[in-house]
Amino acid sequence: MAKRTLYNHVWDRHTVETLPNGDTQLFIGLHMVHEVTSPQAFSQLSEHGETVAYPDRTVATVDHIVPTDSIQRPFQDPQAEAMLSALQHNTNAFGVQFFGLDSGQYGIVHIVGPELGFTQPGMTIVCGDSHTSTHGAFGSLAFGIGTTQIEHVLATQTLALPSLKVRQIQVTGTLAPGVSAKDVILKIIQTLGVHGGIGYAYEYAGSVIESMDMEGRMTICNMSIEGGARVGYVNPDETTFAYMKGRPYAPNDAQWAAALDYWTAIRTQPEAEFDDQVFIDGNQLEPMVTWGIHPGQSVGISERLPMPNGDADMLRAYDHMGLTPGDPIAGTPIDVAFIGSCTNARLPDLREAAAVLTNQRVHDSVRCLVVPGSSAIKQQAEAEGLDKIFKAAGADWRSPGCSMCLAMNPDQLVGNERCASSSNRNFIGRQGSATGRTFLMSPAMVATAAIHGCITDCRA
Amino acid sequence: MKIITVTGQAVVIPGDDIDTDRIVPARFLKEITFEKMGNYLFYDERFHADGSPKDFPLNAVDRLGATVLVVGANFGCGSSREHAPQAIMRYGFKAIVGVSFSDIFSGNCQAIGVPCIPVLQSDIDAIMNAVADASSTLTLDLGNQQIQAGDQTWSSQLSPARQQAFVTGEWNIKEILKANAAQTRTVAKRLPYIQNFTS
Repeated sequence: MAKRTLYNHVWDRHTVETLPNGDTQLFIGLHMVHEVTSPQAFSQLSEHGETVAYPDRTVATVDHIVPTDSIQRPFQDPQAEAMLSALQHNTNAFGVQFFGLDSGQYGIVHIVGPELGFTQPGMTIVCGDSHTSTHGAFGSLAFGIGTTQIEHVLATQTLALPSLKVRQIQVTGTLAPGVSAKDVILKIIQTLGVHGGIGYAYEYAGSVIESMDMEGRMTICNMSIEGGARVGYVNPDETTFAYMKGRPYAPNDAQWAAALDYWTAIRTQPEAEFDDQVFIDGNQLEPMVTWGIHPGQSVGISERLPMPNGDADMLRAYDHMGLTPGDPIAGTPIDVAFIGSCTNARLPDLREAAAVLTNQRVHDSVRCLVVPGSSAIKQQAEAEGLDKIFKAAGADWRSPGCSMCLAMNPDQLVGNERCASSSNRNFIGRQGSATGRTFLMSPAMVATAAIHGCITDCRA
Repeated sequence: MKIITVTGQAVVIPGDDIDTDRIVPARFLKEITFEKMGNYLFYDERFHADGSPKDFPLNAVDRLGATVLVVGANFGCGSSREHAPQAIMRYGFKAIVGVSFSDIFSGNCQAIGVPCIPVLQSDIDAIMNAVADASSTLTLDLGNQQIQAGDQTWSSQLSPARQQAFVTGEWNIKEILKANAAQTRTVAKRLPYIQNFTS
């Protein structure tokens, strides 16, 4: 069992009780809410005449169903309109702070939480969304929950949970130019498998992680769940503290010293013990691309597609993707390029894509969608002129939302289109068409594929 | 409600890493209640785009009353949508047996009283074979941590905590959590960030 890790420190400080069956009742420091997974939970509270126990530890925004071309109400999709209306009603009725479309601060919940300073080191953070692991980048224990558990948190600010084991993943060395956080996490998932993380929290460490900006750390923690780990985190350090400083809901100057004391105290100690340790050589990494139907089925851009090994799931992946074993991944044609999602829609991601698209044109055969992760990112990108670069290249510059990561708004694949995507899941049907095909990669790789009309090494 | 044994016909969903987008496609998540989720279970696996049925285990006419799902490894990976367990439960399934389950998925299932029972990788083929005949039944004995079909038995790998939650009925945990409100306040008072870093 792990000892003296950040996981242990934060878990212990938030333990309310050991429940009769041995599970832990854990206090939840921050509960983020969005429109898709919360309405049934609020309905249950209403039905039982209950209130939200800690409304000031609860914050909501809207992201999954928001159209990215026009946010005029009512939405054209009556179901989407009903979802947003329900969230407006529920947050109002239960006294929960809501960053709605008219707040000027809405966006993808995992982007808005950190940029407003709600997300802080040493917290327990939950949200009815599996990519809640994103917030672990700040040294919090953050994880996705289902709707019944949302109801538990709303009613009690606690959850019943089994404890986790801790696997430290050290990414050593230095990343080569053109290799990014997305490539690191795709390599980790390829190495440990999509179910390697079941029962574990992943602690990311090593020189590559330590020298990475917060946005890169968020990309890595975001996809922990794709490797089966419900929780992924990075120990807070000067990079974390510098990011936090001055954020609207972060500690102010008077609180700062006490905050630093706490944030430092919960770090993994030098004499910590882990249940497992894994080392990945960052020097050896190249841009990664998924070719199959889960995020573990990936190759480096210079590699060829794997030969079938008798695994039925691999055959199913080839059948769905329409690819040939042994072919190089480079040169695979694409129809759609999507830059966005809670994985890769932050300002550095957009800068990376814009750098590639500067003075270039999106290929005639490709439609390219660039979707900032939040209202603030959209404004900052426009202040830097990134929108002009995207538009000049022939890409579509949109408003914030989950967009084409999943099929809950008008941005969807059609038929068996192939999509180079900076999102997190290449599951069958994920991007809105049962026959659509998704290739996950970094924003720079998506932008490069958009220009060439096929998967291409962004370093070439 | 105590869940001590589940007995019934089983349906095998072959393959590993079956994600929640396959279990319930995202377009069906736009309903603000779970009422109709059973209709959407494995929708794109069960039906062609024109609505005609595909050759998929759930569509087998001799399995329509099945109450146990038998699955491979990492079942329920992906999204935290409780729509997936709700669809399984509302379709009529009472328990799932498989090699392994996503942590979020099995936690969601526990919260609504659907046991996800892990078995050894080396046993899964035999379990799947044992229910190949539609007339066979599978018995999940949570009290004795056993799975049985005919004269064959296998051991359940359900964790002791999960086992106890189901057999005592404590999976339905909300009232127990609520009863600890005073202890919850005590923990909150000790957390520097809850106290605005003022003490």
